[in-house]
Amino acid sequence: MIKVENLTKYYGELCAVNDIGFQIHKGEILGLLGPNGAGKTTFMRMLTCYLNPSAGTIQVKDFNILDHPLAIKKMMGYLPENAPLYPDMIVYDYLRYVADIRGLDPKTKQARIDQLAATCSIREVMHQPIGELSKGYKQRVGLAQAMMGDPEILVLDEPTSGLDPNQIIEIREIIKKIGKEKTIILSTHILSEAEATCDRVVIIHKGKIVADSRIEELKQSLGKGSVIALAFRHAEFPALRGVLSQVAGVAAVEPGESADGILAVNVICNSGEDIRGPIYAAIKEQDWLLLEFSQQLRSLENVFRELTKEK
Amino acid sequence: MKNIRSILGKELKSYFIAPIAYIVIAIFLLVTGWFFFSTFFLYNQASLRNFFGLLPLIFSFVIPAVTMRLFSEELHVGSYEVLMTMPVTYGEVIIGKFLAAVSFVAIMLLPTLSYAITVSLLGSLDLGPIIGGYIGALFLGALFSAIGLLASTLTRNQIIAFIIGTSICFALTLIDKMLFFLPASLLGVLENIGADFHFQNIAKGIIDSRDILYFASSSVVALYGANLVLQGKK
Repeated sequence: MIKVENLTKYYGELCAVNDIGFQIHKGEILGLLGPNGAGKTTFMRMLTCYLNPSAGTIQVKDFNILDHPLAIKKMMGYLPENAPLYPDMIVYDYLRYVADIRGLDPKTKQARIDQLAATCSIREVMHQPIGELSKGYKQRVGLAQAMMGDPEILVLDEPTSGLDPNQIIEIREIIKKIGKEKTIILSTHILSEAEATCDRVVIIHKGKIVADSRIEELKQSLGKGSVIALAFRHAEFPALRGVLSQVAGVAAVEPGESADGILAVNVICNSGEDIRGPIYAAIKEQDWLLLEFSQQLRSLENVFRELTKEK
Repeated sequence: MKNIRSILGKELKSYFIAPIAYIVIAIFLLVTGWFFFSTFFLYNQASLRNFFGLLPLIFSFVIPAVTMRLFSEELHVGSYEVLMTMPVTYGEVIIGKFLAAVSFVAIMLLPTLSYAITVSLLGSLDLGPIIGGYIGALFLGALFSAIGLLASTLTRNQIIAFIIGTSICFALTLIDKMLFFLPASLLGVLENIGADFHFQNIAKGIIDSRDILYFASSSVVALYGANLVLQGKK
C-alpha cells in the first residue's frame, strides 16, 4: 500500500532521514520507533505531504507524494505530536470545520461527528474551547480530527506522549479498535506501547533503519543472547565454566557477583532455543549445591538501546 | 472553492471569538471618529475628505494588527501542520485567509457609514467621492491585508509580523509624500508606487483603471509572495 524508496531529507546540512526504504501493507499497524531526533516525525511529515523529500520518494497506492499530494492527503488522517489544534475554537465547531475541509456530505456530517465523538469519548467536551481541554481530551479531539474523512491510512505521531497511564490505555484501545479496519503508522519511543499495539516495528536511528521486524519475530529473536543466572555453593569457577561450556547453545560463561562462598555465574546463550534443560542436566551430574537458576530475557528496551546506542 | 469558503468562515469566526476583533474595531472607530469630527466643523464642508485622507495612515497600523495572526499563530501553535496535511492547496488556504481579512476590513468600515449619514444630515453631500472613497478603502484594505498576510507567513511571532506589515504599509502610504527631494523624472515613477496616491485618486470619485490595476496587481504580488514563502517551508 505504501512504498518508501531511498527517502532522504536534509535540513540544511543536517540529514534527518538518510536513504530509507520499506513497505507498509494494507491493514498493518506499523510502529516507528527511535530515540528523539531519529527522524520519525520528519518521515511522517513527508508521508503526509507536509514536507518534500530531498531525494527518494513515497508511493501511496498509485500516487506519488510529489505529483499527487491532494489525492494522498484525502487518503490520510494525521495527528501530529501534541495534537496542535486551534485553542480558541470549541470542539464541535472545530470538527465541523474539519468535516467541511474533508468534503463530507452535509447530510452525513452530523452523524459522522456524533460517531467520532462516541468512538473517541469526547461527547462531554464537545462544547468546550479546545484550549481548556486536558491533554488527554485534546489528543482524542486530534484523533477524531484525523479520522473525520474515514481515511484508509492513519498517521499518528506519538499519540500517547505526555498522557497519564489511564489515558494511555484508553488511546491504545481506540487505536487497536481503528486498526482492525485501517492501516496505521504510529511513532513512539515507548517500546511497550509498540508491543501492545503494533503488528510490525521499524526502528530508526539517526535517520537510518536499524531494524524492521514483525513483533513476534522481534520477540523470538529476544532469546538470542538471553542470560541464565546461576548461583552455587561448593563450586569452583574454572570447573563450572568447563562443564557449562560443553552445553550446546552456550556462547560464554561469565563470573557474576559472588560473595560468602556463593559462586554466581552468568551463562550467555547464543541461540533462540531454550537451553535451560541441557544446562540443568549438566549441573545435575556434578556435586555442586545449586542455589539459583533463572533466565533473564533481554527486554525490548535492551534491544532498542543496543540498536540505537551511540557508537 | 468550497475549501476557500470553509477557511474564510472559520477565520472570520475566529476574529470574533477572540476579543482582539472588538478591540481593533473600537480603536479604529475611536481614532477615525476623533480625527474626523475634531476638524470637521472648522472646514464647514459636508464631505468625508478628511476621513478618507487619514484612512491610509490608520489602515497602515490597524490592518497588520488584523492580519498578523493569520499564519504566525498557526505556525506558532502548530495547527499549520494539521491544516496543510488536510486535502487543501496552498492557494485555497491563502485566498481563504485573505478574503477573511478583507471581509473583516469591510465589517470594520461598516459603522463608519454613520459618518456619511451624519454629514448628509448637516449639508448636501456629494455621493461620488463617498462611493469612490469606500471602494478605494476596500481596495486599499485588500492590498494591506495581502501585505499583512505575507508578513504573517514570514515568522511565527505575531509582534514581528505586525512590525513587518506595518513598516511596508506605512512606507507605501508615505512614499509619495517624501519625493520632493528627488529629480522630477523619478517622481512620476515613484509616485505610482504609493498606495495613498492611488487611493486618493479613487477617493475623489474617479474610478481609473490604472488605480484598480495597481491595487489588484500589488495584492496579487503580495499573495504570490506568501505562496512562495509557504512553499519554501516544505
